[in-house]
Amino acid sequence: MALVLTEEQSMLRDSARGLISDKAPVSHLRSLRDTKDATGFSRELWKAFAEMGFSGLLVPENFGGSALGAVEAGVVMEEIGRTLMPSPFLSTAVLAASALTRGGSDAQKAAHLPKISDGSLLATLAIDEGAKHRPLQTKLQAVRSGNGFKLSGAKAFVVDGHTADLLIVAARTAGSAGERNGLTLFLVDPKSKGLAVERTAMVDSHNAARIEFDNVEVNADSVLGEVDQGGALLEGVLNIGRGAVASEMVGLSEEVFGRTVTYLKERKQFGKLIGEFQALQHRAAELYIDIEITRAAVLKALQTLDGDFANASAAVAVAKARAGTTATRAVQEGVQMHGGMGMTDQFDIGFFMKRARVCQELFGDSNYHADQLARMKSY
Amino acid sequence: MSDPDQFRRETRAWLEANCPPEMRKPMTSEGDTYWGGRNAKFSSEPQRVWFERMRDKGWTVPDWPKEYGGGGLDRAEHKVLREEMAAMGARSPLSSFGIWMLGPALLKYGNEAQKKEHLPKIAAGLIRWCQGYSEPNAGSDLASLQTRAESDGDDFVITGQKIWTSYANYADWIFCLVRTDASAKKHDGISFILFDMTSKGVTTKPILLISGYSPFCETFFDGVRVPKSHVVGTVNRGWDVAKYLLQHERAMISGMGERGVGRPLGQVAADSVGSDEQGRLDDAMLRGQISTFEIDEAALSAAAERAVDLAKAGQSHPAFSSAMKYYGTELNKRRYEILMSAGGVDALEWESERSKGGARPRAWLRTKANSIEGGTSEVMLGIVAKRILDLPGA
Repeated sequence: MALVLTEEQSMLRDSARGLISDKAPVSHLRSLRDTKDATGFSRELWKAFAEMGFSGLLVPENFGGSALGAVEAGVVMEEIGRTLMPSPFLSTAVLAASALTRGGSDAQKAAHLPKISDGSLLATLAIDEGAKHRPLQTKLQAVRSGNGFKLSGAKAFVVDGHTADLLIVAARTAGSAGERNGLTLFLVDPKSKGLAVERTAMVDSHNAARIEFDNVEVNADSVLGEVDQGGALLEGVLNIGRGAVASEMVGLSEEVFGRTVTYLKERKQFGKLIGEFQALQHRAAELYIDIEITRAAVLKALQTLDGDFANASAAVAVAKARAGTTATRAVQEGVQMHGGMGMTDQFDIGFFMKRARVCQELFGDSNYHADQLARMKSY
Repeated sequence: MSDPDQFRRETRAWLEANCPPEMRKPMTSEGDTYWGGRNAKFSSEPQRVWFERMRDKGWTVPDWPKEYGGGGLDRAEHKVLREEMAAMGARSPLSSFGIWMLGPALLKYGNEAQKKEHLPKIAAGLIRWCQGYSEPNAGSDLASLQTRAESDGDDFVITGQKIWTSYANYADWIFCLVRTDASAKKHDGISFILFDMTSKGVTTKPILLISGYSPFCETFFDGVRVPKSHVVGTVNRGWDVAKYLLQHERAMISGMGERGVGRPLGQVAADSVGSDEQGRLDDAMLRGQISTFEIDEAALSAAAERAVDLAKAGQSHPAFSSAMKYYGTELNKRRYEILMSAGGVDALEWESERSKGGARPRAWLRTKANSIEGGTSEVMLGIVAKRILDLPGA
């Protein structure tokens, strides 16, 4: 398969870009932040996403979706990255939709997927517990109780956890922290007794929550996939999420880079455009090359997810690690080359720096994925 | 093109049947590369067999037209062939500056007589070419070259000196940049000309490098007489040909690393560094450097694949080869820094048999030229800044 977007994918990009740049430029995020908006994103825009078919992008057609793949999800995420639009797209349309599609029973799919497609259900994945992404270290306990399970423990960094109507929770039903076996995914109603959600305002003004589970009861039908065997399902869903976040970082990097190059062509010092200085030219050129190479790596990972899902982990690790270091470099150079202006809140560039930092941590940072790649290659 | 799946099946079957097992192992020494030419010798029987079979199929130059000795494959078929060869670790049957550099330039700028004369001999490995570009006072600033070609009837008479001429002492012919109009602006008085290295007045002198090898020469021209019909393209417009050829040269150099071939670098390192009880390389910092390197290497491979696909879709920027050249060469230098660190003291032996005559440190030192030859990294960044990013005054 050619490592370029198909015509259909390019059309999807154009329509996503049209909607997002029109309705949710960076000023949209700024205003949500400044008004301390209780939702943290626009439900109206989410409705527009559903009408465009974006919310059901990964949902099978018989559940109201369009059954597209990781490349298409990445195309939308990249456009989201360009304007930093806060949206349940990642949590609901990518993570939850993938988890339900790949792991759900017919009944679970029928109950939730059509609502994800039509935009009426918000859902998310709750995995991380500590400061760093370590899915195998899951400690949240699910113990058998009657016909079901009782969940106790805590989750952090749950994307859009404050507005979710449905949580997909990684829990330990057997084994101990660090083991792959013994993980189980549960569908949990956030209104359940014993469950407490704390919205956490984050550096990037996007949405996340900490969630406490105190003997939260769920019935046996709430198990997504098989008991104790959720590790593989979780890893697959996380890989899709990693590909999506890597795409967001490509969009973010390219946007920051574009703004920075424009600035180099406008700003004068010492009687010259600063873009005439070789010190800046070479750094800009290096960053351009970095972004282009990362873009190829990310598209490779997305295509591998669509074409050879079971063997996509290495390509995904490469993409997420590269996207993280590239985005970090792009935002740092962006602020530095904008000089003092780059440090002001009034200027948009800081939003990109903050979001890049959050994207690094989401589903494993560059170091995590470098370590994973070394493990995959047995060294 | 033909049915892609069928082409892949047939190609795989042909390669399986025709590529000798010895030619599926990673190359370990200079002798493993076959360069062709009048004085060429095969280092082994499998090398000869493999070369001749590929030559007879036109697959020394798979994408050249059949009439010039090529395989006539389209881009998609060529990609399939490369993928299938890579999958089985098949070596390139013929390495040649004629294939990588001169051929593409002749296909674009050569006249029919020149194509008919030279391309089939390149494809068949009969003539080995060298490149006469750099001069003692024209390195990064290549266009300031001073080798003169003076008109004398139907001939040019060439006098001057080239430097860093790769394998000039083994080459049969040279493609050479000469100044045909000394009064014009520096880019406008240059011509691209071809001549036989056995011509009267040509001498070569190998340059001993830090690796202990002499892959480059100084090349002297003292009144070398060359027919004017040997000019490729228009007289005084040689810079166009030179730049086009440089794009191919840069693509070639960026691909010099042994990407994805053989064992993962981390396992090579483990041979000398050792592993801990969990199977992890027993040097945490080196392990991190290696996996970060492998991430960048995999990303570069994807970018190389994408560059081909973008070209096919007519969406590539002509200066993008400079971006790839920059990244590929810097990455190859990193690979060898890692290999030297991983090898430790063992990688410092220079002559012993156990070190294959110091193969690793010599290769390490050789890579330092990657970011100089064919345009320095700094020149590449300048090209990207100017031609792709359109930055001012570059």
